Amino acid sequence: MSLAAESLAYGWPGRTIGRGLSFAIEPGEVVALLGPNGTGKTTLIRTLLGLLAPHAGRVTIEGRDLARLSRAEAARRLAYVPQAVPSPFPFTVAEVVLMGRAAHLGPFSRPGRRDRAAAEAAIARVGIAHLADRPFTAVSGGERQLTLIARALAQGGRVMVLDEPTASLDFGNQVRVLELIASLARDGAGVLFTTHDPDHAFLVADRVLLLKDGTLLAAGTPRETITEETLYALYGVGVRIVEVADGAGRRLVCLPRAAA
Amino acid sequence: MSRSVFGLSVALTALLGAILLAFSVGRFPVSPADLAAVLWGLFSGAEHGRPAAVATVILSVRGPRVLAAVAVGAALASAGAAYQALFRNPLVSPDILGVSTGASVGAALGILLGRDLAVIQLLAFLGGLVAVGCVVGAASLFRGHDPILLLVLAGIAVGALFGAVVSLIKVVADPYNQLPAITFWLLGSLSGTVARDLAGTAPVILAGLVPLALLSFRIDVVSLGEEEARALGVEAGRVRLIVILCATVITASAVSLSGTIGWVGLVVPHMARFLVGPGFARLLPASALLGGGFLLLVDTLARTAARIEIPLGVLTAFVGTPVFVWVLARARRSWS
Repeated sequence: MSLAAESLAYGWPGRTIGRGLSFAIEPGEVVALLGPNGTGKTTLIRTLLGLLAPHAGRVTIEGRDLARLSRAEAARRLAYVPQAVPSPFPFTVAEVVLMGRAAHLGPFSRPGRRDRAAAEAAIARVGIAHLADRPFTAVSGGERQLTLIARALAQGGRVMVLDEPTASLDFGNQVRVLELIASLARDGAGVLFTTHDPDHAFLVADRVLLLKDGTLLAAGTPRETITEETLYALYGVGVRIVEVADGAGRRLVCLPRAAA
Repeated sequence: MSRSVFGLSVALTALLGAILLAFSVGRFPVSPADLAAVLWGLFSGAEHGRPAAVATVILSVRGPRVLAAVAVGAALASAGAAYQALFRNPLVSPDILGVSTGASVGAALGILLGRDLAVIQLLAFLGGLVAVGCVVGAASLFRGHDPILLLVLAGIAVGALFGAVVSLIKVVADPYNQLPAITFWLLGSLSGTVARDLAGTAPVILAGLVPLALLSFRIDVVSLGEEEARALGVEAGRVRLIVILCATVITASAVSLSGTIGWVGLVVPHMARFLVGPGFARLLPASALLGGGFLLLVDTLARTAARIEIPLGVLTAFVGTPVFVWVLARARRSWS
């Protein structure tokens, strides 16, 4: 069991948003977290990362209580890919990825040859070697997202948590990022990502968590979890889910119902 | 790699050029040959064979002042670079947490009490520390908010309070002796510097620079933002406290020596970033070298441009504003 929430209550200091959450992300699987705006997805993710303290219950990583690990110990097991906001300083893509090694270094040390090798391997893995010397501030949104995924890989953990990795990306980059997520899981990583698009869950997720008002509305395989009923309960809009033939097999897609 | 070596070489050359110029020009011109002979004599103990007046100008008059200008400029620029990284904002200066205003209160109080220069310097240094201590203390009263925003807001509030105290001291000060002294201190000057001032200040500045240099990689990570830094395994809060402490000690020592001097800590880190990029391991030495050279040039201008000494704080603003606009126009692409 890689990353697990046990009877977790989460929220801001002094304000509990959700409670009673139990789930786990296993190695090699992709889990999609869906929920409407304002339901506390980002707050939940911060709690899962140990950036906010649980209000009740606990988060474990590889069986150990996250709250008892130092920031560095946690970061060596659990990597975070935030939404790509531009940084005020023009670090190069390679420098940003190298910062993923911070958890492996003492407070006064600087990255050495092994860290550089790990960063280079991560950059090659996500296919952005040609961008390594470009300023992070000057590459496109999709390239920034890939850089942050490379940084998470350089961190060297077994679990990766991505906060809306496809937000504000164009269609091609959305597909590229999703394919990368799927291939990281094939390599053995456990991946949790949040998304606003149920089709993304159909595309790459092995399991889906539906979050509504701070509790899990449903959890399970995409096919059994994402239904016309649950999507209406989640978002309050009518949706049809249709099955389409797609070379290799049959797939589900969501279609919003046309306005009457 | 080559870019940072080149950038640091440029910064070092600029500093050496400024030092050579500062020793040469003035009411008593000194040729480079005289300078070399006297300095060689100082280090080797050999007889330099130049007139005693030349040696006095170099070693007693210009020497301490040149070293003080370099030390103060390097200190302000380094502290500025550290604060800009910490606050993730290229428009931040070392005054952001009120260190200069606090130092002004200390110095004005020292002048009001009629104490000698050493006491005034000590009070200025302590005033800077007290002001920043108040800011950090006030910010830590409110938990669960963005700590950086709280620090900035507390800095504005405490700065305003200490500024009011300076005004109050000016009102009660003797208008013939004390008030001009306070005003002159607030405008910044290195004209009275002697070697003994430096001996007290320079080690403190160095002691503040060492942890900043050692923490350079952590400072890079923290400049990504609190949350990302913590997710990357860095105790951002701890790094922030160390950086604030070091940058405050550095700035307070510099200001206690020179009086308040604006602009250096804001402008020079931009020039340095332009030369060597944002990585703090290179940005810190580049800022220190350029800051030392910049303030030395300005101070040389201050004592040679007119019949009277022009206050340093006035000149850094005159020189710094156009440089800043130029840097903004050139650097916009890279940090926006």
